[in-house]
Amino acid sequence: MSLLTDLINLNLSDCTEKIVAEYIWVGGSGMDIRSKARTLSGPVGDPSQLPRWNYDGSSTGQAPGQDSEVILYPQAIYRDPFRRGNDILVMCDCYTPQGEPIPTNKRHNAAKIFSNPAVAAEETWFGIEQEYTLLRKDVKWPLGWPIGGFPGPQGPYYCSAGADKAFGRDIVDAHYKACLYAGIDISGINGEVMPGQWEFQVGPCVGISAGDQLWVARYLLERITEIAGVVLSFDPKPIQGDWNGAGAHTNYSTKSMRSNGGYEVIKEAIQKLGLRHKEHIAAYGEGNERRLTGRHETADINTFVWGVANRGASIRVGRDTEKSGKGYFEDRRPASNMDPYVVTSMIAETTILWNSA
Amino acid sequence: MALLTDLINLDLSETTDKIIAEYIWIGGSGLDLRSKARTLPGPVTDPSQLPKWNYDGSSTGQAPGEDSEVILYPQAIFKDPFRRGNNILVMCDCYTPAGEPIPTNKRYNAAKVFSHPDVVAEEPWYGIEQEYTLLQKDVKWPLGWPVGGFPGPQGPYYCSAGADKSFGRDIVDAHYKACLYAGINVSGINGEVMPGQWEFQVGPSVGISSGDQIWVARYILERITEIAGVVLSLDPKPIQGDWNGAGAHTNYSTKSMRNDGGYEIIKSAIEKLGKMHKEHIAAYGEGNERRLTGRHETADINTFIWGVANRGASIRVGRETEQNGKGYFEDRRPASNMDPYVVTSMIAETTILWKP
Repeated sequence: MSLLTDLINLNLSDCTEKIVAEYIWVGGSGMDIRSKARTLSGPVGDPSQLPRWNYDGSSTGQAPGQDSEVILYPQAIYRDPFRRGNDILVMCDCYTPQGEPIPTNKRHNAAKIFSNPAVAAEETWFGIEQEYTLLRKDVKWPLGWPIGGFPGPQGPYYCSAGADKAFGRDIVDAHYKACLYAGIDISGINGEVMPGQWEFQVGPCVGISAGDQLWVARYLLERITEIAGVVLSFDPKPIQGDWNGAGAHTNYSTKSMRSNGGYEVIKEAIQKLGLRHKEHIAAYGEGNERRLTGRHETADINTFVWGVANRGASIRVGRDTEKSGKGYFEDRRPASNMDPYVVTSMIAETTILWNSA
Repeated sequence: MALLTDLINLDLSETTDKIIAEYIWIGGSGLDLRSKARTLPGPVTDPSQLPKWNYDGSSTGQAPGEDSEVILYPQAIFKDPFRRGNNILVMCDCYTPAGEPIPTNKRYNAAKVFSHPDVVAEEPWYGIEQEYTLLQKDVKWPLGWPVGGFPGPQGPYYCSAGADKSFGRDIVDAHYKACLYAGINVSGINGEVMPGQWEFQVGPSVGISSGDQIWVARYILERITEIAGVVLSLDPKPIQGDWNGAGAHTNYSTKSMRNDGGYEIIKSAIEKLGKMHKEHIAAYGEGNERRLTGRHETADINTFIWGVANRGASIRVGRETEQNGKGYFEDRRPASNMDPYVVTSMIAETTILWKP
């Protein structure tokens, strides 16, 4: 296999100016990530220099067969950690040939919200904690678990090391470096409470960039698990019973919240979110009711409660923020399979634009 | 898998100034090691440059769910042998948000002992011999042992080589280099008397540094056994019967002991330790009574004896020290699962500060 690896790792910049660009988009389920590559004539520094492209939407449930072209608009560029050199990854969103965003294109609306002057002025920061579970290929049972059985109960696994406690670290560490290489603002990783479950955090990112970076980070993770022969799951409650679910806690702040007196702004924002709890929950990921039970460090899905340092709350404010009188808060409700374009823009919309009157 | 290795081994220093810091702490059992990583904007050379952090103490038995934050204070930095580049490992200890050390934080008190002026003046040196056993994953039976049975009796295994005598050397050697790379004072390694059991030594280290280095060396060992698919055990008597236990013999000296006339200081220190035998034993590791039987190169747990070159003693003084009239001594009582912060500071406290 080393000859294959030699070819994969060929450094083309010695023999050609051409680069390879991998265009990435979100498919018809709203959760499946698709990509294909094209050759470009030279290095590219900005998305505006990239050509639009198109794909067969009838193969992803996004267009009918007789009118199947869906147009890809390049929105953000990252360095390609697999091809390296000058090759790039391009996060795109999807439009009809007439220029209308297709129904599964959640980025378009998010971008509108983030370019609203009131929102732009508040410089919204997001830090997203993406949890995920690694499953063995073919049996779809968590990595490290005995097939047909269960590991010892939760307790020893959170942030652990050891062959009997931490499963799949090579995937997690490869992903961490790949994201840093790509230019994604990955701020950390940790092993989670359920064995075979991990988390990475992306942020702080401003506005629409949080969604772009999280989607590309998810793409990188899916490519890396593919190499490792392991299956990636973003299901919010992969195993029923006394096992934690997987979330995408979203940390949030605005300029006002980060400035002196911010704690009052935070409390008002949380109040508004409380008044729109049902609407947010409906948009926070499919299957979340299996996860938000009030147990396993969650708040019940029908309840809205917030607290300082309280991991059983819908929204948690850190002790640091309470003490300094300013900072940020954590919305713990989003599921691991949430769409970050939807969640980030909705939080901004409710807390900045929406009037509770 | 080569592609996975390419990514794990990416040298990021060409593309970014950012570094990864792995914060390490001790969990609720007092022996479980935990860690998580964060990105920092640039290289760091001193712990004081590192931000405090926090973790979910309700997941490690160290805080309740409705008030779960435990604060991590960075105390010592080492180079990360897994991520390399400018990436680091950070040994931390744990506090409440109000700034109080949590009950399982044994480093805090040790640091107080080691900053006492009388202790500082004596420059206490420690060399700790960490023994450990490697177990096969899933069956939790020692590496190299037949599953459902036993190897031939002890004799051939100590410091041996050979596929029928020495099990797991790749782990031991990888650990040795990883620790040296990290900046830990590993002074040596050897295969132990029980097959599948090994030892590494850390030291001489001064004061609190000994505990920091042992904990990080244990962490690195747990990460390496994880890679190897083998389970690390620090149990002091992993197999009942005619099989050696695992200890953490602690070699110790002060400035006075290392100077001319030091042998008298050593003898009076040993006297004091003898008077506090029960108190020390209580702090020298859980399950030690299964190990300190008076057999297998140990002294019985209820007996305190010392002797020159005597491996059946509680405390052994080397022949060289006796001959030179100065040097150090070896406390053979601590179990492999002892907390080095507790043991090192207690020895300093009893021998330097305690007046009977």
